Amino acid sequence: MIYSLLVLSSPCSGQGSGTALRFAESVINRGHQIHRVFFLDEGTLAGAVSMVSPQDESDSVQLWADFGTQHTVELILCVSSALRRGLLDSSEATRYEKTAATIHPVFEISGLGQLVDAALVSDRMITFGG
Amino acid sequence: MTPSNNRSLLVIVRHSPYGSSLARTSLEVALSSATFEQAVALLFMGDGVLHLLPDQDSSGIEARNIAKLIASFPLYELDNLYVDEAALSQYGLALSDLPQNLQAVDDEAMHELLCQHDHCLGF
Repeated sequence: MIYSLLVLSSPCSGQGSGTALRFAESVINRGHQIHRVFFLDEGTLAGAVSMVSPQDESDSVQLWADFGTQHTVELILCVSSALRRGLLDSSEATRYEKTAATIHPVFEISGLGQLVDAALVSDRMITFGG
Repeated sequence: MTPSNNRSLLVIVRHSPYGSSLARTSLEVALSSATFEQAVALLFMGDGVLHLLPDQDSSGIEARNIAKLIASFPLYELDNLYVDEAALSQYGLALSDLPQNLQAVDDEAMHELLCQHDHCLGF
């Protein structure tokens, strides 16, 4: 079965983002496929590369990035949610004349069309947070 | 985009309109789906019914007016709007108080609505 995930909650607050990651790993371990993970609203903070976790806590950005790389799953940050939170890739940083990119390079910035597309091609859309 | 197999989407709005960015985001998801000509419906539940109040004036909090956004829905052929009957009565509202063309749903109808759609996105 093809799954896509919609992540609405921040990795800094509550369990939504972490639960989404553990769910995604379980989906793959059970032999299903993750088509795309779409991060929206506060969820986009999952890609914030400058985030520093306390030493005794896991690094949620790296955990998502490792998951995306290992399983070649698209990790998409909604562009309007990302920009207003200061989350930029290098081309957005150049476009808005900011000093640096602020997202982990495994994540991509794109529009809501990617969420609509995920709904089209996936058998299940699972929402986390909200 | 893969336009071949259309799957119906139900966007469920449970947050009050100006309490969080999530409220507006949920409407943008519905609008975006409609723009890509996907079958999309909206269900306003709980505090989400407050989105539908007429005469909203958000100028005092420097926020964009959500009632105006909702008023633009017909332009995008976003016509399938449902509202939780119990939440309306909880807020002392009647369908006739609301300007939109809405369908009120009770628990049974809401259950049917959730079953009818391929994907339900809860905000």
